Amino acid sequence: MKRFLLAASVAAFAISGPVWAADHLTIGIQLEPPHLDPTGAAAGAIDDVTYGNIFEGLTRFTEDGSIVPSLAESWQISNDGLTYTFKLRDGVQFHDGTDMNAEDVKFSLDRARGDDSTNAQKGLFAGIADVVVVDPLTVEVRLSETDGNFLFNMAWGDAAIVAPESIGTIKTNPIGTGAFKFSNWVQGDRVELVRNDAYWGQAAALESATFKFISDPIAAFSAMMAGDLDAFSQFPAPENLVQFEADDRYKVLIGSTEGETILSTNNKAAPFDNVNVRKALALAINRQEIIDGAQFGYGTPIGTHFAPHHPAFVELTGNSPHDPDAARALLAEAGLADGVTVSLKLPPPSYARRGGEIIAAQLRAVGINTEISNLEWAQWLEEVFRNKDYNLTIVAHTEPMDIGIYANPDYYFQYDNAVFQALMGELRRTTDEEIRSQLLQQAQRIISEDYVNGFLFQLPRLTVAKREVEGLWANAPTQAVDLTGVRWAK
Amino acid sequence: MLGYLTKRLVSLLASLFVASVVIFSVVEVVPGDPAAFMLGMNARPDTIAALRAELGLDGSVVERYLAWVGGMMRGDFGISYTYRTPVADMIADRLWVSLPLALFALTLTVVIAIPAGLFAASRRGRAGDYSIVGATQIGIAVPNFWFAMILILIFAIQLRWFSAGGFPGWQDGFWTGLKALVLPAVALALPQAAILTRVMRSSLIEVLGEDFMRTARAKGLSSGAAIWRHGLRNALIPVLTIIGLQFAFLLAGGIIIEQVFALPGLGRLVFQAISQRDLIVVESVVMLLVFAVIMTNFLVDLAYVAVDPRLRRRA
Repeated sequence: MKRFLLAASVAAFAISGPVWAADHLTIGIQLEPPHLDPTGAAAGAIDDVTYGNIFEGLTRFTEDGSIVPSLAESWQISNDGLTYTFKLRDGVQFHDGTDMNAEDVKFSLDRARGDDSTNAQKGLFAGIADVVVVDPLTVEVRLSETDGNFLFNMAWGDAAIVAPESIGTIKTNPIGTGAFKFSNWVQGDRVELVRNDAYWGQAAALESATFKFISDPIAAFSAMMAGDLDAFSQFPAPENLVQFEADDRYKVLIGSTEGETILSTNNKAAPFDNVNVRKALALAINRQEIIDGAQFGYGTPIGTHFAPHHPAFVELTGNSPHDPDAARALLAEAGLADGVTVSLKLPPPSYARRGGEIIAAQLRAVGINTEISNLEWAQWLEEVFRNKDYNLTIVAHTEPMDIGIYANPDYYFQYDNAVFQALMGELRRTTDEEIRSQLLQQAQRIISEDYVNGFLFQLPRLTVAKREVEGLWANAPTQAVDLTGVRWAK
Repeated sequence: MLGYLTKRLVSLLASLFVASVVIFSVVEVVPGDPAAFMLGMNARPDTIAALRAELGLDGSVVERYLAWVGGMMRGDFGISYTYRTPVADMIADRLWVSLPLALFALTLTVVIAIPAGLFAASRRGRAGDYSIVGATQIGIAVPNFWFAMILILIFAIQLRWFSAGGFPGWQDGFWTGLKALVLPAVALALPQAAILTRVMRSSLIEVLGEDFMRTARAKGLSSGAAIWRHGLRNALIPVLTIIGLQFAFLLAGGIIIEQVFALPGLGRLVFQAISQRDLIVVESVVMLLVFAVIMTNFLVDLAYVAVDPRLRRRA
């Protein structure tokens, strides 16, 4: 009898467990969001869960990176480019049943730019002089100077429209206008969403969705292989993708991101305050070797700080081909023929840790010796980013369209070029797409020819999914795992 | 007896005080600002300052230490910097994973190790003894995370009997929760069982050589009955010490196993909190673990008194 009971309980073990209907999706992401307020922290994981799913802004990104209307149905820009009049969509409700109107828009924008704002991208709102409610469905935003990026800025997750009634509990119970409602959060494990049946637009095909947080790459692989997950966004183990590609139960989506991975260089500290030494650094690097070794072949080489999928991108890798002889000659010219030792400080991601060792070997070949130290993010932010105590570091800059950081001489690369700064000023004031595109191309050339940083590769977006899952975004124009268009193939 | 307990209690309180000072000072000097971490690379200085004020990171070191210790005594562990939820709730949630897991693993350890040790000791120098000693050798040598991966490979990926990781929670029923803990508990328990088996075996072998065991046989007890009535109780003291240490290890040291199985336990909480500079969570969890270790040792001391009458009389 005892033996029978034991066998029965083992059998019960094996069978039980949640059985989901076909309109549920369980998707893995690596990091858990600290909380669920996209307007109150930089953590990308918050946007992974909330962007487009729970929260929406006036405008939004689509998968190809273009900006389309979202909560604002349309807008008019005054002739001087200083006033944007947004016509809001009628009949939009927050998940708690209250109406979304112009007051909510004013509240959201004023909160983001206010004195005690803790918005991680407060700079997006810096140009706003005033927000005026014209009527419940019309809101006027007045800028202090023209800003060609304004509609783009309003598409960020940090510019989500939130309601004053629910702001107190937004971090643990986010109330937005999106196609999914927040349902449950088991901290350390998962966040659950359910379909918003009162959604103003096309309703989601999925009835419910679960975001599961698995930080360990091997655990992520096992969970996919064991069938615990239906998909994994930003799969952390590129070395295992071949296995998924070979297995017809799964498919692999390879897309692009806004993440320019660069060998950031301290432009104010010797020896890299000399443009020729920076050029030597750039020529010493073999991008393909880094992509193959650190990324298992996934990644697009870049020669400047700009996303290759963007229409205004210029191919500039020709400015820094792999040429160790020329690099040695440049170093000798700069009086460093006997070699030089510099620090290389690496944050935790594998592109940095693995890539760092490959770069160190490449640099050693031309006479630049590196002292590698591995830092945690918090340490990196303090030591490298804030105190600028470094020569070289490797990091992916994942904010979309962030070439403007080169105009800030206090930014951690400490690149100070008045011509570039003037160019960015002009870009901000220009709204004509044609001219903007030209200015952007000029900007890409300047930083490439100044060898500000070692430009390595564009970070790929690697998604693994069960074959029947359709509608996942391959690209990441912003940090997002948009589930509104995801469905199971019948 | 009372003197013995008082002495233990005083040393317990002193240890807790010293631990709190050490933990707080270590966390204080770790570089990295929680507010800067949360706001990332595009944050402006005024935003970081606003967040620091909101998090209460402005006060002096002494003020913050007193607030922390005072809060803990009232059961208030503060509010997590990153999650913005009460630390006490977070710890409680994670304990619902870590504590059952540690108990489960410890039960497995004891259930395997005591009979195996008994068996090996009673068959000393024979085939049964050698095979158990050999098995424990392997059990100690194999790292538990590697063993965990092998378990996942066989039981989750190939056979699909269990999930490869994650924890559904207890709300779907006891068995669903327990099922998710089976593989991690086995992975944690086997190396511990190997250690405990060896302790049990050698401790019993030592006792078997004592005079009173010979007397027990001489008065006519069978070898099995002699071990059962007189050997086991005397062999248990070192075993209890090890079990106490193992429980503390299983509670705090499950972090690698939690990582491999993606379990939302205490170890992973503290690991995450360290990298996010969620200092208040780090301090509180570490303090709690120290408390658990000290309490376990205290209970083990009490258990000595229970199994060893001499301690009762002497003290």
